[in-house]
Amino acid sequence: MTTLTLGKALNMGLRKAMEDDPKVVLMGEDIGKLGGVFRITDGLQKDFGEDRVVDTPLAEAGILGTAVGLAMRGYRPVCEIQFDGFVFPAYNQIVTQVAKIHARSRGRLPMPIVIRIPFGGGIGAVEHHSESPEAYFAHTAGLKVVAVATPADAYFGIQQAIASPDPIVFLEPKRRYWEKADVDTDATPDPLFRSRVLRAGDDLTLLAYGPMVKTALQAATAAEDEGRSIEVVDLRTLSPLDLDAVYESVRRTGRCVVVHEAPTTLGLGAEIAARVTETCFHSLEAPVLRVGGYDTPYPPSKLEEDYLPDLDRVLDAVDRSMGF
Amino acid sequence: MTALEHATEVVDPVPGTGAPHLPEQPDSGPEFVQLLTPEGERVEHPDYAIDVTDEELRSLYRDLALVRRWDVEATALQRQGELGIWASLLGQEAAQVGAGRALAPDDMAFPTYREHGVAWTRGVDPLHVMSLFRGNDMGGWDPVATGVNLYTVVIGAQTLHATGYAMGLQRDGADAAALAFLGDGATSQGEVNEALIWAASLSAPVVFFCQNNQYAISVPIERQSRVPLYQRASGFGFPGVRVDGNDVLAVLAVTRAALARAREGSGPTFIEAFTYRMGAHTTSDDPTRYRMASELEEWKLRDPIARLKAHLARAGIADAAFFDAVDAEGDELAVRIRTGTLEMTDPAGTEIFDHVYAEQTPDLERQRAEFVAYHASFEGEK
Repeated sequence: MTTLTLGKALNMGLRKAMEDDPKVVLMGEDIGKLGGVFRITDGLQKDFGEDRVVDTPLAEAGILGTAVGLAMRGYRPVCEIQFDGFVFPAYNQIVTQVAKIHARSRGRLPMPIVIRIPFGGGIGAVEHHSESPEAYFAHTAGLKVVAVATPADAYFGIQQAIASPDPIVFLEPKRRYWEKADVDTDATPDPLFRSRVLRAGDDLTLLAYGPMVKTALQAATAAEDEGRSIEVVDLRTLSPLDLDAVYESVRRTGRCVVVHEAPTTLGLGAEIAARVTETCFHSLEAPVLRVGGYDTPYPPSKLEEDYLPDLDRVLDAVDRSMGF
Repeated sequence: MTALEHATEVVDPVPGTGAPHLPEQPDSGPEFVQLLTPEGERVEHPDYAIDVTDEELRSLYRDLALVRRWDVEATALQRQGELGIWASLLGQEAAQVGAGRALAPDDMAFPTYREHGVAWTRGVDPLHVMSLFRGNDMGGWDPVATGVNLYTVVIGAQTLHATGYAMGLQRDGADAAALAFLGDGATSQGEVNEALIWAASLSAPVVFFCQNNQYAISVPIERQSRVPLYQRASGFGFPGVRVDGNDVLAVLAVTRAALARAREGSGPTFIEAFTYRMGAHTTSDDPTRYRMASELEEWKLRDPIARLKAHLARAGIADAAFFDAVDAEGDELAVRIRTGTLEMTDPAGTEIFDHVYAEQTPDLERQRAEFVAYHASFEGEK
């Protein structure tokens, strides 16, 4: 058992994946000598060389477009997008090429590409550095989307994503990069595309992923003081969604709240609310509620605490759900 | 009606559309590589010699003639409702056959959606291209086995794929290169500029083969560039060459040299094949709205097939019997393409679910089952 920050766990996971498979190539801006702006690739270029840890030109479409060609040649590119808001120059390659080539070629051209994106706010950054673009990718057939919340999931998840034969958008909660937890690197990890119940409860089912998992757990602890028993589920996989444990939970609790930082309208919460309603209609005591970012551009950092869901907004939604 | 007559027919001038767009006259000097004049005369170029046997010359002619015959048949099939659309290569046969024939077996071509001539030279079954334009699939050929990537419709996106593939070749120590096809319009795309920067910066073994056919659908080259396209390469830091795109020998020589340069580790080359799209952009297009018939008439004098035929006949390399035999082979090919297209069976509806992922998701498994059950619910109904 080792105590690791989430960032260090990613670094160790990447190192392990590179040791295990010589075809793994890391690509991105400033990921070599600098080790990435968040130091996630720290030391990897020194140990694996410039052909395997590529400091790319400053061109995100180029990162993803050349990753396609490398994948055609049998490589497993792991692309770092420096910040969430910078993924959009690469959006064309991701959506029209990376996502579709397996289908276009009827499986002849697998695209085992991992797109690492530090996402979410709460770090006091300037514009384009705090966004949550997951719904765009979850809406795109051919991609898979996962979000990690803990050092252990970061360590194993990045390795599982790299080993996957499909393209994966791998979302890293940047404000949690420095948070620590124990990681048993010898453990057998859960499957990548599986949600996980983090805390059992009987009164309400609270769903979160990425940076909001910690917030959800804090809300459940706070609610306990008021005598409410909240079940917390870390969704972990956003596409495909894995909601079997959620359905089982909601059938017991009758109430469901979904939390994410992304704008609420047409966010993951909307899809989850629809599915929970379709599947658990007769068990529901209240409509599925969403707690998300507002439908505004991500605000200047002095206002981000007003924008982001926090403990109080989650508890407010719990109150509203219980009040039905 | 021949393909050329057909093209003439659709390019009738529209009164009142103003001055005709006239193609930029290419240099006749060393900046413009030509080995076979429009009249079919062999000429020398100081940098690009080509040593071809008579047999190779005849087989180049055969390729040019057969891809044109294929193209004519495909256009006819579209007019008869058997294809959804067709992107004609009429006029660009020499550029495509010359580039395709320059490839070595281990090289990889990254076409746009018009490179039927390249596909032909690599042994792609024309029916695997027809199935795409019929709407049966996205291209039925095996990209790995044929060394021809599937057609890429988003303009310029494939130039980055080719560059990445070339990065893979570098890492593998392979004696091979990637050949990225693009058009004049694509040179305005940001992704193409990224590809040129990456290729230069990484000295990747990739050749950019730009067919400047003078138009991006309706928009002439002047709207894409104020300098001849081949000159852009110097700004990226690698050689640019303008070749007569209607001269199959020059295209073959220039592309061979560029690919050899890439394979030996000297980095990318940008080739501008100066040519002309004699037909419409696709069968959905109407060139009479944006260009004059006189322009086409001028380009017909530089027809890529006529000049090689003139050379072969004049030099005694091929006789009437040879040309008749190629014509007959073209007609047989056309019959095979027509018959094969008409006999294509529609794909099963469940195919839409089957290749989205390498590892199928539970969601798609469920949707597939629902699709099957839904359609089964109509069984027995008339």
